[in-house]
Amino acid sequence: MHRTKIFDHFILLFGVFIMVGPLLVALMTSSHEAADIHRNGLQILPGGHFVETYETVLTKEGGFTGKITGLRMMMNSLILGLGFAAGKIILSMLAAYALVYFRFRFATITFWMIFTTLLLPLEVRILPSYEVMNTLHLTNTYTGLIVPLLASATGTFYFRQFFKSIPDELLEAARIDGAGPFKFFIDVIAPLSKTMMAAIFIIMFVYGWNQYLWPTLMTTDESFFTLVRGIKQILLVWVGSNIPDYNEAFALAILAMLPPVMIVMIFQRWFIKGLTESDK
Amino acid sequence: MAAINITNVSKIYAGGVEAVKSVSIDIADGEFIVLVGPSGCGKSTLLRMVAGLEAISKGTVEIGDRVINTVEPAERDIAMVFQNYALYPHMTVYNNLAYGLKNRGTPKAEIDARVAEAARMLEIEQYLTRKPRALSGGQRQRVAMGRAIVRKPAAFLFDEPLSNLDAKLRVTMRGEIKQLQKRLGTTSLYVTHDQLEAMTLADRLVVLNGGQIEQIGRPLDVYHTPASTFVASFIGSPAMNLLRATRDGPRLHFGSQVLESDRLSALPAELTVGIRAEDLRVARTGEQSLTVKVDYIEELGAQRLVHGTVDGKKLTAALSPEIALAETVALTIAPSRLHFFDVTTGKRLAQAPDGLGGRREVANTLEAAVG
Repeated sequence: MHRTKIFDHFILLFGVFIMVGPLLVALMTSSHEAADIHRNGLQILPGGHFVETYETVLTKEGGFTGKITGLRMMMNSLILGLGFAAGKIILSMLAAYALVYFRFRFATITFWMIFTTLLLPLEVRILPSYEVMNTLHLTNTYTGLIVPLLASATGTFYFRQFFKSIPDELLEAARIDGAGPFKFFIDVIAPLSKTMMAAIFIIMFVYGWNQYLWPTLMTTDESFFTLVRGIKQILLVWVGSNIPDYNEAFALAILAMLPPVMIVMIFQRWFIKGLTESDK
Repeated sequence: MAAINITNVSKIYAGGVEAVKSVSIDIADGEFIVLVGPSGCGKSTLLRMVAGLEAISKGTVEIGDRVINTVEPAERDIAMVFQNYALYPHMTVYNNLAYGLKNRGTPKAEIDARVAEAARMLEIEQYLTRKPRALSGGQRQRVAMGRAIVRKPAAFLFDEPLSNLDAKLRVTMRGEIKQLQKRLGTTSLYVTHDQLEAMTLADRLVVLNGGQIEQIGRPLDVYHTPASTFVASFIGSPAMNLLRATRDGPRLHFGSQVLESDRLSALPAELTVGIRAEDLRVARTGEQSLTVKVDYIEELGAQRLVHGTVDGKKLTAALSPEIALAETVALTIAPSRLHFFDVTTGKRLAQAPDGLGGRREVANTLEAAVG
């Protein structure tokens, strides 16, 4: 076995410094007063206004309408992230299930059509999508925020590959055991996909949480604003003769980072298993 | 419990490939039938058609007087054991056994009773709470059998269930399957490519080649009176020696060497002669014999397989290890032990009756032809 040497630790520490350094700076800076930051730039030492800043950010009603709080934005982000991840998993699992287990004409072509959309980012279709949602009067609703983003080529692709690795005999055994397509999906496929679902969930939750352009386009009502949008908003709103509230922006950035980090930490074990485990 | 009647069943795949060609087998209630043949002979396809996992292109399959061509697999009252066990990896052994019963709406108490009974029979009671991944290959195989047993089906279908086990375990499990089937008396259809498994398990075995039946018969009948050169070379280990020969009156010429028999009258001038390795013995002085040039020897302990050539053609003989061997040996065989086959079709040719052995052979040949 390789024996760890002092040099290995240096490399690791350097990596940690690069990754964690900016976060630490953001966290520390957020505990200073806005004027302080404006005068002295970024801070790496605690500034003693930690609790106040975060309390303000989370509970102070702000925005143009003066109604939106940090908590509200966080909840919106959570709804978007969770709805996004759950919806994508359900939709792509069902799509992959149909592609793998049902013999229908054009299945391969359908799959490749789905697959090629992987190449197209959301931005390519963002205006038509917006137009559709607008016509359906779904702007400023959670439905409008979530539903148009649910179709997922990535998810469908992952689940398809995973289903294909499940031996056919399992399906045959289930058929002889009297399980229909629905029962087989619920009783066998879904439990077997648990780790895969966790992996996709993390990817999609973080992806949904970090959405910026689509929520910006879809929501004009501030009560639907997400955290990621809110950061930008703070800097805009208080611009004037005042000093921008840098501390609050940093605090929001930290808050915006927290849930994805927690999700990754909680699901880490499953995540790695889902992406690497091939023994089924 | 039920009889299975397979009548003129064919499987034609898209593209016109005919994997199974008009096969008919009548399986009596409680009978253990083994389908045996080389890979690609259509044996698994046939089994899967009976199971309902493949559509039947032509012909009918009846289980207990009910045509089940279009019946769903679950409704056919069969249970299947797969080569790779196909246990549900996320369920405990108990749930694996119970799943089929639950889907049929069997009452909980009865499920418990049946699972317990099957587990006791297969001695897997202490594993009921485990997941399949925590079991060894042999134990998984037992669970797979248990899943078939709890259902109390009309028929068991086995698709090469022992192929994934190591050699020793395979022998043990073979014995257990045989005993279990006898005890339960359930009609069974068993697919294997291993002729030894086929011989030891079957009440009757069905030799398939290229999607067609070569022979149906009791294991020993198939062994002693193979209906064709294919069956002769497939059943039995080492494989039967097949030598081209010409007949001249009562004499068989193997190139420059000659054997005489008074039972050749009905045979054509050109023929293939089949000789079982164990029917050969060292000739005493004065006896007619074939001179075999020894190439190499395989020691099996109880037997010694001598591989050599007769006039340039390969021949294997199973001899006692006590016999000292030179570079050439003179081997002989009782004329009644010779098998004859048509040169072009490979079909068995009957030899002229002579004494009891001869008559038995003719009877078996007739039976095989009828079957």
